[in-house]
Amino acid sequence: MACTTDKPLSLATSVDQVALEARAKSLTTRSIKTTSKRAALHLSIRCMDLTTLEGADTPGKVASLCQKAIRPDPTNLAVPPVAAVCVYPEMVDYAVAATAGTGVKVASVAGAFPSGLSRLSVRLDDISDAVARGAHEIDIVLNRSAFLTGDYNLVMDEVAAAKEACGDAHLKVILETGELGGYDQIRRASMLSMAAGADFIKTSTGKIPKASTLPVVLCMAEAIRDHAEATGEIIGLKAAGGIRTAKQAWHYLVVIGETLGTDWLTPDLFRLGASSLLNDVLQQLGKLDTGRYSGPDYVTVD
Amino acid sequence: MTTEKFDLDYAPALESTAVVNIAKQYGLFVNGEFVKARGGKTFATINPATEAHLADVAEASKADVNKAVKAARHAYETYWRDMPGKQRARYLYRIARQLQERAREFAVLETLDGGKPITESRDFDLPQAAAHFFYHAGWADKLDYAFPGRKVTSHGVVGQITPWNFPMMMAAWKLAPALATGNTVVFKPAETTPLTALLLAEVLQDVDLPPGVVNIVTGAGATGQALVDHPDVDKLAFTGSTGVGKMIQRAAAARRLPLTLELGGKAAHIVFDDAAIDQAVEGVVKGIFFNQGHVCCAGSRLLVQESIAEMFIEKLKRRVDLLRVGNPLDKNTDVGAINSAAQLGRIADLVDAGVNEGAEIYQPDCTLNKKGFWFAPTIFTGVQQSHRIAQEEIFGPVLSVQTFRTADEALQKANNTPFGLSAGVWTEKGSKILWMADRLNAGVVWANTYNQFDPASPFGGYKESGFGREGGMQGLSAYVRTDTGGRS
Amino acid sequence: MNEHLPVDKTFKLFIGGAFPRSESGRTFAVRDAKGALLANASQASRKDLREAVRAARSAQGSWAGRTAYNRGQILYRAAEMMEARRPEFVAVLRQIGVTPKAADKQVDQAIDRWVWYAGWADKTHHVLGTVNPVSGPYFNFTFPEPTGVVGVMAPDQPALLGLVSRLAPIIVSGNTAVAVIEGPASLAAITLAEVLATSDLPGGVVNLLTGQKNELLPWMMGHLDINAVDLTGAPEDLDPEVLEAAAVNVKRTVWGDPVAESPYAIADFLEMKTVWHPIGK
Repeated sequence: MACTTDKPLSLATSVDQVALEARAKSLTTRSIKTTSKRAALHLSIRCMDLTTLEGADTPGKVASLCQKAIRPDPTNLAVPPVAAVCVYPEMVDYAVAATAGTGVKVASVAGAFPSGLSRLSVRLDDISDAVARGAHEIDIVLNRSAFLTGDYNLVMDEVAAAKEACGDAHLKVILETGELGGYDQIRRASMLSMAAGADFIKTSTGKIPKASTLPVVLCMAEAIRDHAEATGEIIGLKAAGGIRTAKQAWHYLVVIGETLGTDWLTPDLFRLGASSLLNDVLQQLGKLDTGRYSGPDYVTVD
Repeated sequence: MTTEKFDLDYAPALESTAVVNIAKQYGLFVNGEFVKARGGKTFATINPATEAHLADVAEASKADVNKAVKAARHAYETYWRDMPGKQRARYLYRIARQLQERAREFAVLETLDGGKPITESRDFDLPQAAAHFFYHAGWADKLDYAFPGRKVTSHGVVGQITPWNFPMMMAAWKLAPALATGNTVVFKPAETTPLTALLLAEVLQDVDLPPGVVNIVTGAGATGQALVDHPDVDKLAFTGSTGVGKMIQRAAAARRLPLTLELGGKAAHIVFDDAAIDQAVEGVVKGIFFNQGHVCCAGSRLLVQESIAEMFIEKLKRRVDLLRVGNPLDKNTDVGAINSAAQLGRIADLVDAGVNEGAEIYQPDCTLNKKGFWFAPTIFTGVQQSHRIAQEEIFGPVLSVQTFRTADEALQKANNTPFGLSAGVWTEKGSKILWMADRLNAGVVWANTYNQFDPASPFGGYKESGFGREGGMQGLSAYVRTDTGGRS
Repeated sequence: MNEHLPVDKTFKLFIGGAFPRSESGRTFAVRDAKGALLANASQASRKDLREAVRAARSAQGSWAGRTAYNRGQILYRAAEMMEARRPEFVAVLRQIGVTPKAADKQVDQAIDRWVWYAGWADKTHHVLGTVNPVSGPYFNFTFPEPTGVVGVMAPDQPALLGLVSRLAPIIVSGNTAVAVIEGPASLAAITLAEVLATSDLPGGVVNLLTGQKNELLPWMMGHLDINAVDLTGAPEDLDPEVLEAAAVNVKRTVWGDPVAESPYAIADFLEMKTVWHPIGK
């Protein structure tokens, strides 16, 4: 646990809501060099986890998503592929087949996503199964029920067990920040998850209305920074849910860059979980190329 | 997958100056018109970021000040004193609306003339100025409720002198309450930043403010002296350095002239070990580097609890490394230009003193333009209470860091100064906030925040930081009198 | 034939920022002194009242959550909108029988009244709130909060000024209102609604129901989700039972001055909250 007596940055450190939100807001006024716009848009794509997590997902849907992930713009080979596709465990086989040899990773949610409220053994099985099917990355949810009852030891034990079940796959822990109650809790959940072995901490499942926001990501980034300072461990951050525009993606890049440094601005340490974001980024790229505002007819659906 | 590194490269996002029309020459604004100064003397105002000449401005002589006071007196007796509050309010609402409508123009002009970042003049100075007029417009016809049990009247002609750090906002802080309570005004803006006051004069014409209700006499020390010494001024209000404030107090003393003074400060910004640390870092940085530290209530002394000092200072330095010093017109700029060569000299002198006294200096890497007046954000650690840089107001982007062990010690160090304008306290413990607030000898205490201003919130100092309050219900009393007397 | 035939306005209710007809489909005729038809105004039913209260409740949280400065700005804008449409208001008052001079004066006063109350938005705390010197190491402060949803019986006279004089002090502090207006005054009320709809006032903050006071008042008094009722314009000779109904949820009942200009008209619809906090290291 990152709780030594000479490092007061432990679970007890509070976060002031008003000041945090003001800081996040001030970062949205940063504007980017036109010559860097393309690089920023490409970076947003390279850091994207293109996601489909619906009960109605089928092999056909997953195939379509994966094609979009590999080649977001069929008319332009310069546009890079995304970092990963994110699917349910039952769809992992199809995703692995569709992305084989492309460098696009397959991430799977696992462990009674999105609520996490199944017996631990069932959740761990879900993880092992997804890994066995070929998932490179596993996204689990934090046990909010245990967290909100104050059972932090249980929360950490479960994350540690999930990490073990992952084997070589990397583990993202979804905090579901919209359910935690406030920034103090988000910071605490971040610290617990990192101490217990998460490779990435992630904001949201995307299944509840309150998803990722800039202040939430700022709060988590500050926790990652303090954890790195205290332990030397470098943990990644994934912002998911509610990120629909290239402009928003740019704001997240600024928050990460200014809080953690540009070392974090790579798919190994920063991800954007999104679905409709990709097309907005493509339309912005279109404008850079043609000087004209684009429209939905000129980007493919996934 | 490529692992090329992405550089967060901000583009200069320059605010256009096309919205502003700066004349070659400006006259004084007396009796509703722009007039030349007697003797035709002028002085230049420049852009401190580039040293480029902006305009020549009339310098008001003693005779000019006399004319202005006469105009103010005439307007007071003819139009303003007996005008119903509801009608005075109407003019103030109009001014407020025009400041909102022409906000961009005023903001750009403020940045050009004074050197502050455009994001500050746009997002802070101008909205505050408009809000002050709105707020005080609402009081003009409600004064009966602000002074329970007292019948109040206006003073008459009020002389007002303002500084160069928030020119337009200070103009609003002075003019709005004075006019709302039925006074007329002779107003002298600072000589390095006269242009937004002169643009305001245009607004005053556009809203049909009766001539002479507000008169603007531009000039420097001599003009100010003429205003202070004028026998037909009924009340004075001054914001500026403690040194000049004391001179004015002496000048006004024999006449028992009602006076409000808003002077300098050396505020303690106190951070306890149970603070919200990252937000406290942000607060400390904003508290001293906002407006290049040209702020009377700047948190220029960080008092950090010794148990977290090392960690906190390290975070502070990393945060300061991210500050962008540069073209004030660039929306990405955090720290703009120093207002004048003279001020730059003063800052440099005190920083040298700090180094000589043995404090440790830290400045981030920044390339400063050769042209213009610039100073890098500076942090001094190892500062002791007896150091000059812990006692004297630097009025620049320089933070002096001291430590403390207990709340009592923090209090002792915070209060051990002739100044008493403001203080900051960071702790998540509510009772401690209130305990500290009770005991800090400062007119404004910010807890878990800093540099918050609102027209509804009274502002002013204890001790040598001045007397009288601006803003809030309490701020009105400076501009009224009762027949039974009362403190000036 | 190049003559322009005027397009007569339809006077409907104002609920949630929109202009629906009464769900009951009823109307009542408003005629001028000569008997000419001015309008078939919508006649609100208890179900319209129910919907209006829902809209008012839904809007109340965020209206109260705005800064006082913002609410003051919006009331000031209502005055700006009224000023711009001065001739229309004068015309409406004249149509319902107010003399030209009196109509002029009434519209001026109504505009002035919005401005007057707009200026109170960020000042009530100064005058009505306090810091209290309790005997003990506690910081103790009292501050006003809006009571919530307020039902209003609009004064019949003066048609425009009376309604403005009751609505402004109610909403400036963050309450939302459901007002019932009867008879010819309905035309002035709905014209006012058009101003409110263009003043950045969020939908639901003011809801105006034209109709029969005697029909709607009992429903208003007995409604469990109304916090206070302004009875300034209530009909004469009220049945005691109607007045007693307010007790069902301990409603605040207020009899005010139809043309009041006072911070105490605001205070009538405020709750006072007192907070204690220890002072210590």
